[in-house]
Amino acid sequence: MREKISDWGNYPVVQADVQHLRSPDQLSAMISQTPEMIARGLGRCYGDSALSSTIINTRTYGHFISFDEQRGIVRCQAGVSLEDILTVFVPRGWFLPVTPGTKFVTVGGAIASDVHGKSSGSFCDYVVSMCVMKANGEIVECSAAEESEFFETTRGGMGLTGIILEAAIQLIPVETAYIKEETVRCKDLDELMALFDNMGKWTYSVAWIDCVARGSKMGRSVMMRGEHAVQSDLCDTRHQRHPLEIKQMPKLNVPMMFPGFALNNWSVQAFNFAYYHHTPSGIHEHIVDYDTFFYPLDFVNNWNRIYGRRGFTQYQFLLPMSTSYEGLPVLLEKISACGLGSFLAVLKKFGKHNTFISFPYEGYFLALDFPVTKRCFAVLDELDKLVLKYGGRLYMAKDVRMKPEMFFKGYENAKIFCQRIQTWDPEGTFRSLQSKRLGMHDERNFK
Amino acid sequence: MKTALILGAASDVAKAFSKLLAADGWNLVLASRQPTDIDALAADLQIRCKGTAETVAFDAMDFASHAAFYDQLTVKPDMVCCAFGYLGDQHQGEKESEERRRILETNYNGAVNILEIVAADFEARRTGTIIGISSVAGERGRQSNYLYGSAKAGFTAYLSGLRNRLYPANVHVLTVLPGFMRTRMTDGMSLPPVVTASPEQAAAAIMKAFKKSKNSVYVLWMWRWIMCMVRNIPECVFKRLNT
Ligand SMILES: Cc1cc2nc3c(=O)[nH]c(=O)nc-3n(C[C@H](O)[C@H](O)[C@H](O)COP(=O)(O)OP(=O)(O)OC[C@H]3O[C@@H](n4cnc5c(N)ncnc54)[C@H](O)[C@@H]3O)c2cc1C
Repeated sequence: MREKISDWGNYPVVQADVQHLRSPDQLSAMISQTPEMIARGLGRCYGDSALSSTIINTRTYGHFISFDEQRGIVRCQAGVSLEDILTVFVPRGWFLPVTPGTKFVTVGGAIASDVHGKSSGSFCDYVVSMCVMKANGEIVECSAAEESEFFETTRGGMGLTGIILEAAIQLIPVETAYIKEETVRCKDLDELMALFDNMGKWTYSVAWIDCVARGSKMGRSVMMRGEHAVQSDLCDTRHQRHPLEIKQMPKLNVPMMFPGFALNNWSVQAFNFAYYHHTPSGIHEHIVDYDTFFYPLDFVNNWNRIYGRRGFTQYQFLLPMSTSYEGLPVLLEKISACGLGSFLAVLKKFGKHNTFISFPYEGYFLALDFPVTKRCFAVLDELDKLVLKYGGRLYMAKDVRMKPEMFFKGYENAKIFCQRIQTWDPEGTFRSLQSKRLGMHDERNFK
Repeated sequence: MKTALILGAASDVAKAFSKLLAADGWNLVLASRQPTDIDALAADLQIRCKGTAETVAFDAMDFASHAAFYDQLTVKPDMVCCAFGYLGDQHQGEKESEERRRILETNYNGAVNILEIVAADFEARRTGTIIGISSVAGERGRQSNYLYGSAKAGFTAYLSGLRNRLYPANVHVLTVLPGFMRTRMTDGMSLPPVVTASPEQAAAAIMKAFKKSKNSVYVLWMWRWIMCMVRNIPECVFKRLNT
């Protein structure tokens, strides 16, 4: 059925034929009849990664297949969401080792973007094995040991190697559904980076940065770090009695698109000022439930509508450790000087990591949301130059505008990636608006 | 722990509703013409739920088998949800009696036949809930699907009569009236998004209506008003409309 559709940033909006995935047989028939298609989970990527002329909605392929109680390995179809997994397994004492800032993503989407979170690994580090349907209709079972080249390319491969059907995921045991959280207010970037570099034993960490603040206040921020709470950490008696259960919180909803003028430099500045000063100075410890710690934005349904009809995008770049100390202040200065303003700016240090094509590796990344405007894209093109200068790259799951050059220079394996997907899918059946924009199917770019 | 029997368990609404029941602690008996089609669903529910999920074979069109089917259930259910249905092809049904029969018999005779057997058991035990998934298509016949619509109209009337009969026996009968729904049945059709429900929305509406012991529920509230208007268009006007 043709429908108007967009990903989380509401930009671009396209007309596409949306098909629902029901079975491998139905999928292989569709693959042989459709000239180009891309898989889509919950459409939580920001830009055009899950858009194409034909979209395979995988949410309808969402059964749990098995669970190994001893080892904590769950096997499920690709349309199962991280929310499904948490709802079923947290009450039994298991948690996801890596989760992005929203739980409304599918297992397929989490693998295809190799998502990262507040911990220092990425999602695919915990994917024990997966089943993927290739362009010729064949189903490949792959893991780090078996069909490893196909596995590493599918990991973070943005759905271009094939359609993920099933995956087995390693969960981690937890004693409670709560997190011991500390907030630390930092007055500038140096203080914050020093804090990240001496994290000690903290498993989870992330910092919110006031990206409007300039001069000596540049980099003022609040770091949130956390650890799974154990039974003895809980002080509330109700929590002690039901350590693995949390109450569903009522949700707010943004009922419609906001008008364009609602977001401007003043409202952004006021928000950032209020957020910083709302947090008490020094270090503060609390016990919070996992939803509050990992998914604060999920409490507001459709919050993407506050950016209005023209939509928004997220600019997320990663700089390697070697250039972070020099590059981050330069980029932050440039961002605050350009006056685009971002409600949400998140900084995180990522741990040592070997990946073939997925985004994360050891270094610092910063993510900022911007309303879509002509000027915004021009400014981001300028930022691209700096990111490249410092040897960094952009996150494809958030991108809607980078140029092929940025992809091929930012990802050291970009050419090999494109060659591989061409061998497995010579007719280019799996294509997204993004893969075409980035020239991933154009031999001149990678031969 | 309570047991629910889901007739037509392979339908998308039944699947979504079964998930809610499983999370709520029910044991599930999933009935479908091809039980192998729902093995994956049963495995999924078994992982989700604290209770059990088993599959059994059931064919709505094979009336003769219904009594034996119900007898052989080892545990008699506390809830029966009748979720099977066959949309069929209106045009084909106008021409061929086989298609016509299949539409009428699946949606009406088949449902009535098995629910009478269930009703007798619930009436004797003085307990239970019967949920019938009918359709707004039963509220007024339209040229585009009146075979299906008339069978659902009959089913809706049947459920209200059954509710009347079973009230003294403390048995709850719930009529569910879905409008457009994004399911396997409507794959490929273009449906207006604002008035189209997802199976999950339908399941949530059914659960809520069950817990509040409602008599009937429209899956999306708009449909109550839409159907109120549709029912009240005078026949002399309605017959000229191309609906
Ligand atoms: C509020 C919010 C916070 C976020 N926070 C983070 C974060 O902290 N860290 C992070 O890494 N990301 C984050 N993201 C991005 C999100 O995690 C990724 O975009 C994720 O891929 C979305 O999953 P999805 O199921 O919605 O997939 P979609 O957005 O539908 O698709 C994303 C990509 O996955 C591919 N894909 C989906 N399913 C399959 C399949 N079955 N087989 C093959 N390919 C498939 C698509 O083709 C597409 O390329 C955030 C997004 C939002 C909206």
